[in-house]
Amino acid sequence: MTGAIAFKTPKPEILARRDTIISDLGGLLPTDCLIHEARELVPFETDAFLAYTRVPLAVCLPETTEQVARVLAYCHENGIPVVPRGAGTSLSGGAIGQEDAIILGLSRMNRILDIDLPNRAAVVQAGVTNIAISEAVKPEGFFYAPDPSSQLACTIGGNIGMNSGGAHCLKYGVTTNNLMGVKLVLTDGTVIELGGKALDAAGLDLLALVCGSEGQFGIITEATVRLLASPEGARPVLFGFPTSESAGACVTDIIAAGIIPVAIEFMDKPAIEICEAFAKAGYPLDAGALLIIEVEGSEDEMEAMLARIIAIAETHGVMAIRRCQSATEAALIWKGRKSAFGATGRIADYICMDGTVPLSQLSHVLKKTSEITDRYGLRVANVFHAGDGNMHPLILYNINDPEDAARAEEAGAEILKLCVDAGGCLTGEHGVGIEKRDLMRHQYGEADLRQQMAVRAAFDAEWMLNPSKVFPLEGRDD
Amino acid sequence: MTELLTPASEAEAADIIAGHAASGTPLALCGGNTRTGFGNPVAAAARLSSSALSGIVAYQPGEMVMTAKAGTPLAEIEAALAENGQFLAFEPMDHRGIMGTEGTPTIGGVFAANVSGPRRFALAGAARDHLLGSRFVNGRGEVIRAGGRVMKNVTGLDLSRLMAGSHGTLGFLTEVTFKVLPAPKAAATLIVSDLTEEDAVKLMAAAMALPLEVSGAAHLPYSVRAAFLGGALAGDAATCFRLEGLAESVSARLEKLSAYAGPFGPLTRLGDDETKVLWREIRDVAPYRDGTLRPLWRVSATPSEAAHIVGAMRLEAAVDAFYDWQGGLIWMRMDGAPEAESLREKLMKHGGGHATLMRAAPEVRALVPAFEPEDPAVAALSARIRQKLDPAGIFSPGKMQRQENAA
Ligand SMILES: Cc1cc2nc3c(=O)[nH]c(=O)nc-3n(C[C@H](O)[C@H](O)[C@H](O)COP(=O)(O)OP(=O)(O)OC[C@H]3O[C@@H](n4cnc5c(N)ncnc54)[C@H](O)[C@@H]3O)c2cc1C
Ligand SMILES: Cc1cc2nc3c(=O)[nH]c(=O)nc-3n(C[C@H](O)[C@H](O)[C@H](O)COP(=O)(O)OP(=O)(O)OC[C@H]3O[C@@H](n4cnc5c(N)ncnc54)[C@H](O)[C@@H]3O)c2cc1C
Repeated sequence: MTGAIAFKTPKPEILARRDTIISDLGGLLPTDCLIHEARELVPFETDAFLAYTRVPLAVCLPETTEQVARVLAYCHENGIPVVPRGAGTSLSGGAIGQEDAIILGLSRMNRILDIDLPNRAAVVQAGVTNIAISEAVKPEGFFYAPDPSSQLACTIGGNIGMNSGGAHCLKYGVTTNNLMGVKLVLTDGTVIELGGKALDAAGLDLLALVCGSEGQFGIITEATVRLLASPEGARPVLFGFPTSESAGACVTDIIAAGIIPVAIEFMDKPAIEICEAFAKAGYPLDAGALLIIEVEGSEDEMEAMLARIIAIAETHGVMAIRRCQSATEAALIWKGRKSAFGATGRIADYICMDGTVPLSQLSHVLKKTSEITDRYGLRVANVFHAGDGNMHPLILYNINDPEDAARAEEAGAEILKLCVDAGGCLTGEHGVGIEKRDLMRHQYGEADLRQQMAVRAAFDAEWMLNPSKVFPLEGRDD
Repeated sequence: MTELLTPASEAEAADIIAGHAASGTPLALCGGNTRTGFGNPVAAAARLSSSALSGIVAYQPGEMVMTAKAGTPLAEIEAALAENGQFLAFEPMDHRGIMGTEGTPTIGGVFAANVSGPRRFALAGAARDHLLGSRFVNGRGEVIRAGGRVMKNVTGLDLSRLMAGSHGTLGFLTEVTFKVLPAPKAAATLIVSDLTEEDAVKLMAAAMALPLEVSGAAHLPYSVRAAFLGGALAGDAATCFRLEGLAESVSARLEKLSAYAGPFGPLTRLGDDETKVLWREIRDVAPYRDGTLRPLWRVSATPSEAAHIVGAMRLEAAVDAFYDWQGGLIWMRMDGAPEAESLREKLMKHGGGHATLMRAAPEVRALVPAFEPEDPAVAALSARIRQKLDPAGIFSPGKMQRQENAA
């Protein structure tokens, strides 16, 4: 890609001390917890925002909170920036490092510490994967609700960093609504605990602030998360509509009727074609858009709710309705959706946008989005969480053609501005990272941004934690 | 006598605040004054009220989002929602009964104090979970916009949720945007009688493990029973479970829950109307709307430890209590001294949590910190955050952290 996103010039005085720093860090950690050889650093050069890479100074993979605290205290004393990293699945470049920074990865802290069913809580280390929590409590009839599509790989620490959401967040909320507490190591190595198994926090709600702070406030080493009883049953149903507009209008009417399914996923025609070619899920290729609507409950409850939903869909000219008769069929319907990113990656390079719009603006924004990509001569596929207005236009381009890449970046920025202008926001779940840093001024006024940056500085006065993310590089103050 | 300032616009509020910041004159922030006396004593000669900033700004039922000015009476919000079959799922409590105040609860006050009711422990979550965006005036007199009006938003820092529960110590809210939900079409309550407090806590936890979406779980011991439904609750102690949703779902779930709970004690069922009354009384802490200033604690506890905490307190003091949130919320009234240290020590020993002194005589409030004292590192961090929002320290100084403790 063209590199429209600027990186700070690495500080020569840090680079010059590289060997000393590495040997000092070596003294703070068990031998195999420090990575510094060029070959071994390659996997840490980027995250899932592949267009940019930066080789970090070194990577620390501590195994305990105490080790994390030691490394942070050392970096704090020596003025070395630190970039926290979970699984590196960030789509906004949130976990990309820089040459004069160390990456502090939590992947070795991957133990589930306590499952407390009477209090519906689990205490886990930050490097535990999202799916591992649900897997661990499934036999007892519980689950952890936020389910990003990356849940096989992404860590709970990264989920908290990004306040991740997923397909089922319409009913269950996002990470912030399911997080009860964290153990957090501050920049200077101080360890604090926020929240816990009691419901409301004492004092200021710092947990709300930490959730979605994109690794700028401290390193999360442990989290207490809310577990929920699994529903009796769940059933996704596929609805094919003639156009994106009719599908969009159907979503609004379902919500207005007071029905909240657990998930409403949307795909437009290009997305249907891409996903069907990959997953062979039996998606209707003649439809202009499809919805996957999932309902939950007992057999009777699901039937009652579906009957209402179908009646609404019929008023919008629904062309195809596919109920699944078995768990295998249900899995297949979801497979197409959950593999949308991967499937798209097989046919082209793409950037995945992540704007959110008020539901009433969905149709308008979809239409404008294709006008924008047409104007840039690019293709777009839309696949997203329609129930909460979180759009994911996938802009297809050729990574080897610098002009094409630049066009894709520009079109993407225009689409995000469109979302903001429609009353929405720049990012619903992937975070600002480096990707949307310079668009922040489009959503926030000067005073708003300055206030946010001041609060950030309350945690990290010297801007040493994940320093060049989230906020525009210029105009920073405390 | 304190001066009462009631700006009619956000700009006017910003001017007043900028003026007070320049002279370093404290302001007590308030809405409708229904929580008069709550928190630590505030030394402020003037109160800044949002009462003249009133009205619903935007409401689209199909989007499940409402925007209202901070001083809008809660009653006005609830009426507009009811017209569209919607409601505030976190069911904010009305404090007037226990606090012995009059006044009009405002939506800004609800979020500033993060006021949530019985549904909080279930899917609904707390008031803060529903707050999507806000406008507020910071301590520099600048108008700040935070969050937005969409359900999912991770653009920058979540300053709105930070404002929730900050009790007027970080900024003066002028407008709030929040999520609203379809009101359940039907509701019912299953009551299991005569359980001990320990068994009730266990049964409540077990019920939450069933796929029945229980939306209320409270235990009302014998001592408080008469305060509910005009004394019509059957049996000695009542362990109450609320089910809500589509009529079909509620009746099916009620059957399943009855089958499960049957072996534990005699069962009674309440229909829609009685369910509404009962849970409003639980929400508003009916037993302690007693017109007294006897110390009343709101204890946020680890649910499974609730009965142990109350039991341990009873050995030391004259205590009356009942349980909401599956045990996670204990309302505890003391007959004599507030026993703050003893209560907080027991809480620490039993799984952690925190206790807030909701009401007490003024001379007691002057001595007992209303909020749980914080760990020093957390307190220092909170102080730094306050400093960033209110550099002159003019907003309700000492309310959450008593002056002598403040960093
Ligand atoms: C195929 C695919 C599908 C995806 N689908 C979704 C989706 O449906 N919903 C969604 O929300 N996201 C989705 N994502 C984005 C990504 O998976 C999430 O943002 C995820 O939460 C990142 O977790 P991670 O462990 O990979 O964190 P990383 O990418 O390593 O880090 C993410 C951010 O969190 C910070 N961080 C990580 N760990 C910690 C810690 N312990 N302490 C402090 N800060 C930390 C990092 O500094 C960084 O800013 C998807 C990504 C991919 C590649
Ligand atoms: C004559 C008089 C003297 C008083 N003297 C004292 C005293 O010395 N010490 C004392 O503690 N209290 C005193 N109070 C009570 C004080 O006003 C309340 O403690 C507080 O303001 C409660 O707010 P509220 O009743 O408006 O409740 P609500 O409107 O329900 O508000 C509840 C909470 O939210 C905050 N809040 C409300 N609206 C906003 C907003 N728009 N922006 C930001 N925060 C908001 C409040 O500060 C309060 O913490 C006095 C009241 C009166 C009438």
